[in-house]
Amino acid sequence: MFKYFPHTKADIDAMLESLNISSIDELFKDVPESVIFNSDYDVPSYLSESELRTHFAELSKKNQELTLFSGLGLYDHYQPAVIDALTSREEFMTSYTPYQPEISQGTLQYIFEYQSMIQTLTGLEVSNASMYDGATATAEACFMACAVTRRNKVLLSSTLNPNTINVIKTYLKYKELEWDFIAEKNGVVDIEDLKNKLNKDIAGVIVQKPNIYGIIENYEGFSEISKANKSLFIVNADISTLGVLKSPKEDGADIACGDCQSLGMPVAFGGPTLGYLATQKEYVRKMPGRICGYTHDLEGKRAFVLTLQAREQHIRRSKANSNICSNQSLMALFATIYLSIMGKNGLKQVNNLSYQGAHYLYDKLVATGKFFDPFQKPFLKEFTLKTSIAKETLQTALLEKGIFGGVGLDVFGECYEGLINFSVTEKRTKAEIDNLVKIVEGLS
Amino acid sequence: MSKLVEGLYYSKSHEWVKLLGDDVALIGITDFAQSELGDVVFVDLPEVGDTISQEEEFGAVESVKAASDLIAPVSGEILEVNEELVGEPELLNKNPYDNWLLKVKLENNDELGSLLSSDQYADFIK
Amino acid sequence: MINYNKMIFELSNPGRIGYSLPKERFPEYNIMQIETQYLRKDELLLPEVSELDVLRHFTNISNKNFGVENGFYPLGSCTMKYNPKINEEMAGLKAFRNLHPLQPAYTTQGALEVYYNLQQYLSEISGLHEFSLNPYAGAHGELVGLMVIKAYHEDRGDFKRKKIIIPDSAHGTNPASTTVCGMEAVEIVSNERGRVDLESLKAVLSDEIAGMMLTNPNTLGIFENDICEITKLVHEAGGLMYYDGANLNALLGKVRPGDMGFDVMHINLHKTFSTPHGGGGPGSGPVGVTEELTKYLPNPKIKKHENYYYVENSKDALGQISSYFGNYLVALRAYAYIRTLGKENLRLVGPYATLNANYISNALKTAYDLPISGYCMHEVVFNGLINKDTEVKTLDIAKRLLDFGMHAPTIYFPLLFPQSIMIEPTETESKETIDDFINVMHKIAIEAKEQPEILKQAPTTTPIRRTDEVFAAKMMIFSYKDYLEYINNRG
Repeated sequence: MFKYFPHTKADIDAMLESLNISSIDELFKDVPESVIFNSDYDVPSYLSESELRTHFAELSKKNQELTLFSGLGLYDHYQPAVIDALTSREEFMTSYTPYQPEISQGTLQYIFEYQSMIQTLTGLEVSNASMYDGATATAEACFMACAVTRRNKVLLSSTLNPNTINVIKTYLKYKELEWDFIAEKNGVVDIEDLKNKLNKDIAGVIVQKPNIYGIIENYEGFSEISKANKSLFIVNADISTLGVLKSPKEDGADIACGDCQSLGMPVAFGGPTLGYLATQKEYVRKMPGRICGYTHDLEGKRAFVLTLQAREQHIRRSKANSNICSNQSLMALFATIYLSIMGKNGLKQVNNLSYQGAHYLYDKLVATGKFFDPFQKPFLKEFTLKTSIAKETLQTALLEKGIFGGVGLDVFGECYEGLINFSVTEKRTKAEIDNLVKIVEGLS
Repeated sequence: MSKLVEGLYYSKSHEWVKLLGDDVALIGITDFAQSELGDVVFVDLPEVGDTISQEEEFGAVESVKAASDLIAPVSGEILEVNEELVGEPELLNKNPYDNWLLKVKLENNDELGSLLSSDQYADFIK
Repeated sequence: MINYNKMIFELSNPGRIGYSLPKERFPEYNIMQIETQYLRKDELLLPEVSELDVLRHFTNISNKNFGVENGFYPLGSCTMKYNPKINEEMAGLKAFRNLHPLQPAYTTQGALEVYYNLQQYLSEISGLHEFSLNPYAGAHGELVGLMVIKAYHEDRGDFKRKKIIIPDSAHGTNPASTTVCGMEAVEIVSNERGRVDLESLKAVLSDEIAGMMLTNPNTLGIFENDICEITKLVHEAGGLMYYDGANLNALLGKVRPGDMGFDVMHINLHKTFSTPHGGGGPGSGPVGVTEELTKYLPNPKIKKHENYYYVENSKDALGQISSYFGNYLVALRAYAYIRTLGKENLRLVGPYATLNANYISNALKTAYDLPISGYCMHEVVFNGLINKDTEVKTLDIAKRLLDFGMHAPTIYFPLLFPQSIMIEPTETESKETIDDFINVMHKIAIEAKEQPEILKQAPTTTPIRRTDEVFAAKMMIFSYKDYLEYINNRG
């Protein structure tokens, strides 16, 4: 017997007898003999629960938990304790997609609340129930723009996160759509280059704020220029920063997208996080993913349901605009609880505390004389510097003291050579920051 | 039993064409089409001035559980779009023959010859 | 508290807080130092609530949900098996949760080892060469697998292979993924035995065929017994075979997709390998390939040299389809599951799941219309009641099950039958649970004849009753803001 299989010998015998057969193997008579797998899998023998715990304790020792001064899309924000307590409830965690609304109002209601929160943060009219991550959400935003405008090419800001660029390129390449880059100028996307590259083939223009350097870009004029060309303007924004920064709607965006990891989610070796995607109602039928809507039941009780499903793959099949079937529902619950706990004031404070720490570190680093800022542009919680210290020396010295920071952007490619990222969230204490500064002061 | 209107031209993709003059016609969907779809919640139509081509998609009708492409029964230039359907798509369920989708200027009247009569269409949907 | 009826926004009270943040450390700085042109002016409609408000709210709405631990969840094609608690404990370990994926490999050897070994186990279980765990979900895995197929043909300079053969019984994601991958889905009809019709298959084979996607057992829960012939035909035509892993649970311990001749596949870890469905995600859809196709797997890849694990980005790869290593913590749960079962128990999964499904099939076929006779695999599809004289439809049967404290099966899929009911019990259900289900289904069949109005009214004991979906689609109320506008307009 094994703990996950309730079958006793007597149960199996009784079931076989009802089927009038003598062994389970007979049920596999449709399988050609030549493909029956008759040996044992070459995987380890089973572990008891305590052995599994020991095994994971050993694996854990091979990982180093570091003090994170790194960003680049994944941030070490504080996670309120109530989130794990609630997301681990089996009613949320073990249920399937809410296809039976009568017994799925819990899931449907938090999706509605999630959509409401994304709506208010982005300012746009409708959010879907979430996407896999920020990069794939942005790639899907490109598809949307092509579907809405019936055009085949998008313009990507050179200041997007390189992971986002790479994912977009893969998606577009295989769907046989095209892209081009808008040049950057002094660390921000260059509006003059955008003007030069807009033409009747351009479906959408994609920018990111804060951008890969942590710089808060100014999109004055972008929306008007894009609209004049009948192209959609797409803003990828760190959702947490929208608690204080101009909303994509205020930037004139037609679509907003990005990652929600910054809402207190663990960095988790990269996932799961979730991507958000929001747009105006006029484009909702080209929007991928699930959408939850408000309605009532036959007794007039408030109810929530999945709606506009005729857009989706299970109905549209090969004509669907996207193949996405799931969302990152449990992570949407995470985001909803986080934003409920933080509220508008908490979100502002998180940003302010991060801003304060980041600017303190920035000033201290520049004051060492070993770092300088090639861009001199406004930033919030992360920034990019150049340094006279050798990149390896810097990172190794910090790692030796249990700090992960000063990440060289060239991890993403040679074009970022010499640029170093630091990120500071509200979790970083003055002692931690001062310690980091002290370490780099001793380097040359 | 689906309702039919005599004198209209019908396509196998369940659109009807009603000739208004020499070369102007209305296009709509049949009663059979609306009953198969169920409650219509959205109609996606092209714009005035666009052209449609016979047997090519020109829009879509959507219900809660299905979406169906609209296939042009004839070719021509769009003179008018029934804007009422945008706000009240359920009109297609109530009376699919009065609530036309498009008014078009026909490019080629011979195309009507490839469509079905009401009797032929009645056989087709049996 | 199933009558709880508040939205979180309706609990809001200005000034109330639920968070706990550190004191300001550097008051000489302030975010308002950012020029106002960069700052938002629009008011945020976020709730202001206490910590206990938040706990009560989400606890109360959770009570309106039904999970695997509430009761039997025979949702066909979804493999709603028990999601072990120990996996959650392991996924909660800080030594994994707090790792940044850009950390140097020597600081993340434990995490890389889990990834590397899981992909090895999946390769062994599938009979394929190597897996990428980066795809985020089943549909994402399909897309990535199709990209591999396309990359393979294009690499050979063969640009005209753009068609993917898909049986009409397939999940909607198959044709949708094909389109998203810039290829064309060619649908073939099933034969009267619910399987791929070899003649229809032969008719569509040509030098434009890139490959074929197949679920086996198929969505009717039956094994494609011509599988060797199918793979041979497609391979001879120059195409590759894609295995949709949605129904892999049936085969665990019995058959390996690679041995059937499949070249590319995805696995839904949230089905076969017990990771929670989470109300719709996060899932995980690892993609496996033959040795020849390994180089096309997406970046980043995790490799092993002697006893050291490292991250590699290769030029041959099809590109990046995720920022990093997919839904890593989901994969970690699947790793814990495989280590817990070990080779001794993994081999029993498919047989027990298949035994449970056949036991149900046999017990219900006297009242429900079984369109394809013979043994099923891990799930069984009925076409509504045998008695077609009642007004009762599959939807009514599904809704009535909710009143008996059971989740409904998958309904109206596959599309081959007008009244499909697809039942998948999984191996983690006991004979007693299944007997209860069988009894309830028979009771419903009798009600259908004697008191059909009960079924038409069902469910009546759930937190809400049947919903008005037309209202939802027409009114398009997608947010609390929309809701407030709707209420105000209504007066």
